[in-house]
Amino acid sequence: MADPRPVPFRGGGFRPVQKRGVGLLVFILLIAIVEWGTRAGWISSLTLPRPSDVARTLIDLWQSGLLFQHVLPSLSRLAVGSAMGVTAGIGIGVLIGLFSLARAGLVPLVAALFPIPKIALLPLFVIWFGIDEGSKYALIALGTFTPTVVATFGAVDNVDRTLIRMGQSFGLPWLSIVTKIVLPGALPGILSGMRISLSIGIILLVAAEMLGAQYGIGAYILEAGSLYDLERLFAGVVILSALGVVLSWAISRIEARMLRWRS
Amino acid sequence: MDLTIQGLTHRYDAVEVLSDISLAIPSGRIVCIVGPSGCGKSTLLRMIGGLERPSAGQIMQLGDPPPDCLNPLTFVFQDFALLPWRTVAGNISLVLEDRAVSRQDRADRIADVLARTNLSDFAGALPRQLSGGMKQRVAIARALAVNPAVMLMDEPLSALDAQTRELLMDDLVGLWTRTPFTAVYVTHNLSEAVRLGHRIVVLSRRPGRIREVVGIDTPLDARDATDPELARAQDHLWHLMREEARAADAELAHG
Repeated sequence: MADPRPVPFRGGGFRPVQKRGVGLLVFILLIAIVEWGTRAGWISSLTLPRPSDVARTLIDLWQSGLLFQHVLPSLSRLAVGSAMGVTAGIGIGVLIGLFSLARAGLVPLVAALFPIPKIALLPLFVIWFGIDEGSKYALIALGTFTPTVVATFGAVDNVDRTLIRMGQSFGLPWLSIVTKIVLPGALPGILSGMRISLSIGIILLVAAEMLGAQYGIGAYILEAGSLYDLERLFAGVVILSALGVVLSWAISRIEARMLRWRS
Repeated sequence: MDLTIQGLTHRYDAVEVLSDISLAIPSGRIVCIVGPSGCGKSTLLRMIGGLERPSAGQIMQLGDPPPDCLNPLTFVFQDFALLPWRTVAGNISLVLEDRAVSRQDRADRIADVLARTNLSDFAGALPRQLSGGMKQRVAIARALAVNPAVMLMDEPLSALDAQTRELLMDDLVGLWTRTPFTAVYVTHNLSEAVRLGHRIVVLSRRPGRIREVVGIDTPLDARDATDPELARAQDHLWHLMREEARAADAELAHG
């Protein structure tokens, strides 16, 4: 008889678990390294600004009230533009998902619009919608529209067909099947599409503000860049990152509220 | 309300799946349809319920559904088809909301069917919190809520484990004994067929034809697993199906 040995464990892994604070730790570590490098001198002040200086610039911005002068117009542009793009995108996406005619007619159009770098159209938009807010709304709206359409009709396509058959078998009217079965079933996909479209919205916001805006985070960054003022440049970038994190968090909250039925 | 199927034939493109099916579904009886996999029994059921159109032949209603019936032909699906974002009560409410039913009547119907299926304590639960057996009970409650003239049950117990299946069969027998309903019950499980069927229709493999209709006269609540008559009936059914099942199993899946 051989010696009894425990059976070796081979399972485990491949299952993401939540680790609190690790993300924050990575941020802090990176910033600490840059701070140390700039102070010790092995990172030159031309390469990267000192993080503490960037923080001071942000505090100055806050105290002078300039922060809000730049952030508020940006936020309202992002809100108006992406609201237009996302609303139209969900509407068209649902139409494509529900009607074969809309699908046949619009999917190629969306496929043609999607890869166009929207920034390239900005001069055109300035002529169509004016140098003011109109062209900025249009740019952000078009940029958020296409990913929302694609996510929405994909989500509608993925709604469990047996649930729709069930609705039909109980004689539910068409409108009820759409509002009570198709739309709630497509919501998870629509929300995850919104994450992508809102990030694209932020990118286009900055691009739009670099062309003909007096206030706005984009204008602020452009000005700092042309003066090679790295502290202010990075202060602007920090604000944008923070905006992205806040939006992503907001969508997570919405998901947690509206998709409580998921396990 | 009785149903009659007359000369029903169905093709998908060139492949004939059902061939010349004629069948009567009398009121107050459970008609089981058994057959090897791929014989078109679920397709037949969807056609009886008006979810699919046959290539030829027709399905006729004889007489009117009872006056308080909201949805004469009502399905119970194999995979339950519950909306995951609605509670148990909400899932039942779904099929009543678009009907001319008062708020009070709706609440009464929901309470009534939940009580009949022993689900009253789970009205506020979400489907993901329920076991498979409970989910199918909810689906049965939902079907009962519209007072169907005919229940169309598409392998309702096939997604459940053996013990749960026994429990739900007892439930169905109890429900039928209290208020007899008409049902067409599709299954591949012969013991379900002999427990629940007044008539058992055996289909051949594709194209599905009726090979034989077996009648069992023992009342549903008097049937149990030790009954020699049921055992004989089940053995007879298996004898009918055996060669068909073997041949169907050896067939290549079609396109």
